Amino acid sequence: MILPNIFPAIKPVGINGMLVQFSDKLNESSNRAALSFCDAIRQQNWPCVEEISSTLASAYLRFDIQKASHEELTQDLQRLLHNQNWYEAALPQGRRHLEIPCVFGGEYGPQLEEAAAAAKLSTQDAIKELTSVRTRVLAVGFAPGQPYLGQLGEHWNIPRLTTLTRQVPKGALIVAIKQLIIFTAPSPTGWRHIGQCAFDCFRPDELNPFALRPGDEVSLRDIGAKDLSQIKAKDRTGNGGATISPIL
Amino acid sequence: MSGLRITSCGPTLSIQDMGRPGYLEQGLSISGVADQLALYEAGALLSHNEPQAAIEMAGIGGAFKAETDMTIALTGASMKASIDSTQVGWNATHFLSKGSDLKIGGVQNGVYGYLSFRAGISTKPFLGSRSAHLRGGIGKALQAGELIPLGQDNANTAGIGLNSDKRFCGGVIRIVPSVQSALFSQQEQRRFANTVFIRSSRGNRMGVAFDFEGDGFAAEGQLSILSEIIAVGDIQMTGDGRPFVLLPECQTTGGYPRIGTVIPADLPKLVQTAPGKKVTFQMITLPKALDAQKTFEDDIKRLSEMAFPLLRDPSTINDLLSYQLISGAISATADSKES
Repeated sequence: MILPNIFPAIKPVGINGMLVQFSDKLNESSNRAALSFCDAIRQQNWPCVEEISSTLASAYLRFDIQKASHEELTQDLQRLLHNQNWYEAALPQGRRHLEIPCVFGGEYGPQLEEAAAAAKLSTQDAIKELTSVRTRVLAVGFAPGQPYLGQLGEHWNIPRLTTLTRQVPKGALIVAIKQLIIFTAPSPTGWRHIGQCAFDCFRPDELNPFALRPGDEVSLRDIGAKDLSQIKAKDRTGNGGATISPIL
Repeated sequence: MSGLRITSCGPTLSIQDMGRPGYLEQGLSISGVADQLALYEAGALLSHNEPQAAIEMAGIGGAFKAETDMTIALTGASMKASIDSTQVGWNATHFLSKGSDLKIGGVQNGVYGYLSFRAGISTKPFLGSRSAHLRGGIGKALQAGELIPLGQDNANTAGIGLNSDKRFCGGVIRIVPSVQSALFSQQEQRRFANTVFIRSSRGNRMGVAFDFEGDGFAAEGQLSILSEIIAVGDIQMTGDGRPFVLLPECQTTGGYPRIGTVIPADLPKLVQTAPGKKVTFQMITLPKALDAQKTFEDDIKRLSEMAFPLLRDPSTINDLLSYQLISGAISATADSKES
């Protein structure tokens, strides 16, 4: 019998990491807690902390075991946890809203119809919904700069495919389990491929190679295949025709 | 620009240093050498204050031509090596004069061999590191024809050696609990601790698989585990319940349950365990793991005191392997017979 976790839970990771888990489920409030708690740790400027990273519903930190003990750090984290209700905390400052052009369906999104059907929507309604919803970068992971966007409505809780699609291109928009991903590089996937963006999530030649940060917000703009090739021909920034504005 | 020209090479050579920590939140894992100890050993042999980037070679090396004078060090898993057709020893420094041919063949024990340079590799760093991250699209596997650019130091400090340690034949690997260990029942954890695993041939810089006899290991509710941060050394149980130990080029988050995490002090041994060799995983407490880390770091600090001048410059000795100079220092095969 496994005892249920009580959240938030503080656990060691390896020999030099600590994890604060806010839930074993992803939802708006557990993700909000992870993002805002990471931001709060950052602002503490604890000398022992070497890296801070939010995942979907947790805050991770790596620390110098010469500078602090696990016990000390656990106490510090507990104190910070008690400061406020992190599940309702304000999101960090400095976030941005990006509107990213995307071609839906056809050869650019061969599994759109299938995905829409799984969500019990017509293809048109699916596009309409996906271009009107504003998603949050819940986490960046799996590959450099690759955003997990969400969460979509419950009807988008569609399972992963049992057989992998051998390869989707860079910029592919894929959907499963109430989330969207824009792929940073050609990759196999078990999610459904529904669209194509020219937005480049990972730009190794730039000073800041990571185009999106956890907490940023993303909406999609429906464009045609011709628009996509025009954008690709003109774009030198990697933004792929996206408009970017600060969230105030 | 001058340096070392690759005339031919295996498919798995890449430039690696201590990696690029600090970018997990951006989805970029640390990368860097699979066997950090081998880089510290090279540093001790070449009098570097900090470990420098090296050429990592998995399983097989290549043929190289020196386009300038240089001192090199060979560390990690020993490979058959020669300079201008004269066999040279592993865990030692050698001098290549301009025009010399260096040949590094197949691995004789372990998995990863390292070719380091006194002058250091001078490729352009990305986010503070020269490490390739192949899956992440940073850098590329090295190819025939390429020039490895080096720094300026062409002093001849050949003839320094280090005794090889015993990390190339598997054995006991110490682990600490992971954030998901508790999802495995006590019984599954005991069975895991009592199982002898064989290093599979499936492995790369992302991770390495282990085979065993018996049923796969399962965690409770493992299909609904929320994707969570990955630490290098995490032992994840993939769908079939077989352990896959995650290495420096792994993904940053994952949803497979992890039964434990290999401690950093035992990662060099884990990555250098050749396919077919056996390991067992021993769970230790966090305090014990912290003691082990202290010992590991102290041993690394002492490496430069352990480096000693070989009796003669190995690069000038013909058929070096037939000499019994100092046990273990020169013979590339000394360790491989242990099990």
